[in-house]
Amino acid sequence: MNDMSKVEPPPLRFEAPPSTSLLAHARHIVSENPVTGLAFGLFALILFAAIFGPSIVPYDPLASNTNSALQGPSAAHWFGTDQLGRDIFSRVVAATRLDFTIAVASVALVFLLGGLAGVAAGFFGGWVDTIVGRVADTIMAFPLFVLAMGIVAALGNSVTNIVIATAIINFPLYARVARAEANVRREAGFVQAARLSGNSEWRLLLTQIVPNIMPIMAVQMSLTMGYAILNAAGLSFIGLGVRPPTPEWGIMVAEGASFIVSGEWWIAFFPGLALMTAVFCFNLLGDGVRDLVDPQRRN
Amino acid sequence: MLGLIVARLKTTLPSIIGVIVVTFLLTRVLPGDTAAYFAGPAATPQAIAEIRSKLGLDQPLPVQFVAYVGALVKGDLGTSLTTGQAVTKDLAARLPASAELTLFGLLISMAIALPLGVLAAVRQGSWIDHLCRIVATAGVSLPVFFTGLLLVYVFYFILGWAPAPLGRLDAFATEPPRISGFLLIDSVIARDPETFRAALSQILLPALTLAIFSLAPITRMTRASMLAVLGADFVRTARASGLSSRTVIGTYAFRNAMLPVVTTLGMVFSFLLGANVLVEKVFAWPGVGSYAVEALIASDYAPIQGFVLTMAILYVILNLAIDILYGVIDPRVRLEG
Amino acid sequence: MAITRRAAIAGGLAAPFVMRQGASAQAPSRSETLLLVQEYGPNSLDMQGIGSSQPVNGVALNCYDRLLRFKPVPIPGGGGHQVAMGELEGELAESWQLASDGMSCTFKLRDAKFHSGRPVTAKDVKWSLDRACTIGGFATTQMNAGSLEKPEQFVAVDDKTFRVDFVRKDKMTLPNLAVTIPFVFDSELAMQNGGGDPHAKEYLKNNIAGSGAYKVESWKPGVETIYARNDAWACGKLPQLRRIIARDIASPATRRALMERGDADVSYGLPPKDFKDLADAGKVNVVGVPIPNGVWGCYLNTQVGPFKDVRLRQAVAWVMPYEKILQASLFGRGVDMSGGTTPKVAWPQPFPYKSDAAKAKALVDAAGGPFATTLYFDAGNATVAEPMAVLIKEALASIGITVEINKVPGANFRAEIAKKTNPMVLNRFAGWLDYPDYYLFWTMHGNNSIFNIAAYQNPALDKLVDAARFAPDKAAYDANVVDFIKLVNAEVPMVPINQPTHDVALQKSIGGYQFQPCREPDFRYLTKA
Repeated sequence: MNDMSKVEPPPLRFEAPPSTSLLAHARHIVSENPVTGLAFGLFALILFAAIFGPSIVPYDPLASNTNSALQGPSAAHWFGTDQLGRDIFSRVVAATRLDFTIAVASVALVFLLGGLAGVAAGFFGGWVDTIVGRVADTIMAFPLFVLAMGIVAALGNSVTNIVIATAIINFPLYARVARAEANVRREAGFVQAARLSGNSEWRLLLTQIVPNIMPIMAVQMSLTMGYAILNAAGLSFIGLGVRPPTPEWGIMVAEGASFIVSGEWWIAFFPGLALMTAVFCFNLLGDGVRDLVDPQRRN
Repeated sequence: MLGLIVARLKTTLPSIIGVIVVTFLLTRVLPGDTAAYFAGPAATPQAIAEIRSKLGLDQPLPVQFVAYVGALVKGDLGTSLTTGQAVTKDLAARLPASAELTLFGLLISMAIALPLGVLAAVRQGSWIDHLCRIVATAGVSLPVFFTGLLLVYVFYFILGWAPAPLGRLDAFATEPPRISGFLLIDSVIARDPETFRAALSQILLPALTLAIFSLAPITRMTRASMLAVLGADFVRTARASGLSSRTVIGTYAFRNAMLPVVTTLGMVFSFLLGANVLVEKVFAWPGVGSYAVEALIASDYAPIQGFVLTMAILYVILNLAIDILYGVIDPRVRLEG
Repeated sequence: MAITRRAAIAGGLAAPFVMRQGASAQAPSRSETLLLVQEYGPNSLDMQGIGSSQPVNGVALNCYDRLLRFKPVPIPGGGGHQVAMGELEGELAESWQLASDGMSCTFKLRDAKFHSGRPVTAKDVKWSLDRACTIGGFATTQMNAGSLEKPEQFVAVDDKTFRVDFVRKDKMTLPNLAVTIPFVFDSELAMQNGGGDPHAKEYLKNNIAGSGAYKVESWKPGVETIYARNDAWACGKLPQLRRIIARDIASPATRRALMERGDADVSYGLPPKDFKDLADAGKVNVVGVPIPNGVWGCYLNTQVGPFKDVRLRQAVAWVMPYEKILQASLFGRGVDMSGGTTPKVAWPQPFPYKSDAAKAKALVDAAGGPFATTLYFDAGNATVAEPMAVLIKEALASIGITVEINKVPGANFRAEIAKKTNPMVLNRFAGWLDYPDYYLFWTMHGNNSIFNIAAYQNPALDKLVDAARFAPDKAAYDANVVDFIKLVNAEVPMVPINQPTHDVALQKSIGGYQFQPCREPDFRYLTKA
């Protein structure tokens, strides 16, 4: 679930000029708010695992070894092994790249679709606004998870389709935030100034509005990245996720879920922990980024 | 007021129509051949063709759509292949289960999230604030089905505190006469404390699962809203005039901060109602969500269409109700026609 | 034959419960009530009707009677009874007599009464069998499988005498009268409420009109079904259990937890891992019957794609990780199908292949070297099929075959295999009638039924299978069977992997377990201490 409050139109605020003290400000935020520091630390860890993970894991994440199946955490297998004797630690680490990719890709896609549609709606108003608004309303009226299920079921279960489905169900959120942000800036001083110096409306949109709403969109993107991962996990749980034997956190939790009652808790627990950590990190990061870009917090 | 409601409904009509069209198209492109499924494993091609024409599936899409809308107008949502019953009947039987679970989950969530949010706002920047943020964020970071399974494992399997996750009532309890469809309410009306206790113990874990998931938005909204109000002039005035901190926060600030929280609640509710499909699956809860999931897996059109349409209409009604409520609470807000 | 989509899920279990105060003294006591949890319940009460789901077989079994039933024989390992295919006993029939020319069979009916109180007559039997033959869909197909093809074959001689005329001599005709399709309706009740429909489909879908040992007391589709004993049942020993509550619990983990906590007394359809754990822990009894006529197989398309080349099919059979699959996917709950020696008159039976990567590699190299392909299976079977697929993928990679795994959602699986273009498909098929020729008729015969997933076409095989099906005597039959087994051993349109066990977990207080070919629970024999 997302932070619903983000749908509310934000108050008009002054745009801070590009600042050389951004880094200093970031340092200030982190030192003032240790939770944000934690989030940045986790993010670095996830990024590291996503980039180097597959090459540093102790075992081949796909190699089965039925002689050592269903073993609990040990020195040899830190997170234990699964039904086919695959090393869960290796699979969890190797899965980071795919999950991170799903999150980034779906967020990038929805930013392109929803963000730009919203900006155009807010900036131009009129029929553009009406159409974007209607589309967003229609999607919002759907039970979103079921819509995502329907899309993946109809298009077939592949990573691409999971990304598309996640992007579609996040569309209204982006469209609304971007619309509200663009709308309040439409007649702002710096836009008027650029308009008077003879820029076309499209040019204004791309050079003045879009760069200025990037910070608030960044907050949104960070928050929805976590949601994208959760969504993919939920789809995996009902059998509409990525294809086996590809390691992916959601499908690993789903597979391990049936082993919890029989006592092999580690199969679902560690991927679940990784999943939670990542979503947790993206959510906190969203807050952190907000603090960073919110001028009200600048002293 | 009535005029405003009608005007407002008019603006939501396009999105309902959009939902009907999109759902129709989406279910038709679902893989799987309903007629082949219906005809059974060993059917001949002729038998399948016969069933296809009986179900009207051999007609071109526009014709099928007209037939569908025609039936819809008469209140006929079709028949489910998986349960063999009319979809309207299934939905009517299952909706109260989902609604009860979601409402109860929301209540638990509010009972935790509101104090948490207020506390975080009052002690802004302190360790309490950070803790609240971590707790709420952690809750929303867990996949609901995972939380649900974990709760079942710990509270039912290990500790034995919770009853078996067998749905709304254990197998030997009898359902109270159906009045509201909410077992907790119906059992009170029927003055049946035994059933009330049974229903309560069944609903606790799934509701808790939902509550954990919905903590974050409510906590955040409460905190943000409280912060805004605490910085407002009237609170400063109240403080300056020597009112106790408790009175200021409890009476002045909290009440005023509730307004935006109510809006959030409405959205959280409609979101949860649609999102509890996974919780229902884990807890064998006979609600509409699990019904829709099963139907989707079986490419069973009618229940999916019926479910989505019901949820869309609920969503519209809920938003309308909140808008009206908002207008009543705060006269500054006027409904836009 | 049976629906292979999922393991038949239905189980009986009884939960300890507290009698509610004020309950009537006649209410079935705890020891007479069974609480059953199943993955999903019936979508109709009429197994002959079109589109009925697997659990409807259980309704047909317990609420209706047939002319004949399979005779219970003890399970070799103990724990209950299974059925012997050739041995039948009367259910509605008090006795039956084969005509001297072997072309008809006459049945004498018992004095049985329908739930409505009306006596069961030969007219009702005829109406019901006519219905099964003409209603279309699965019921009609199943009737035809035993050469029961048209209403003219069924003759009501008088009220208590009924005759079936054969269109040909078919050893499956009589056994086919004992499966869950040719059951007997109260034809008058059905016609009265049928609203002009000669098959009374709508009425019978929602109502029981039978004479069986149980009545349906309440049915909430997707939630629960409650059965109550028919105290006037005349076709067998009165069941001990007076009331059965069958709840639909989708999550197998929950069902297992219910068993282990003792809240459940009987459970069908758990994952093999759970049955193994429960059996090892010893707190509950686990009874396993190798599914008669059932086998997990890897079907290799013989018409399109790489596996047209028989060498590659043999290569797959040589590299199949039989032992690994049996351990990691079925947790030992099955019988290995590798390393067979002499062909026998039985199905399934091990093929003469065992894991031998070098042999497999040589065959692949001879056939042109490495290639890539796709392996399909039904997502509804994922618990067992997915680990199986992953192991096969890994094994095939070692001989240069790259496999992509495609998990097909349940509803789409049927449509997918009907295309007959998938190079590799994992599927489990189990016939209701336990004969080798019956199995091959469905899965490898030139009639190209939907279960002939490999699209195998071979007139020589068809001839042998048909000859076996209508063989005049046992010697001829045996010779035909051995010949077609030899043929498919070499041709391998399907690599048999293992014969899965049909398991059921019962608390120690539950007795009288009876395995039925339809793999639904038979409440009539169950007892509770």
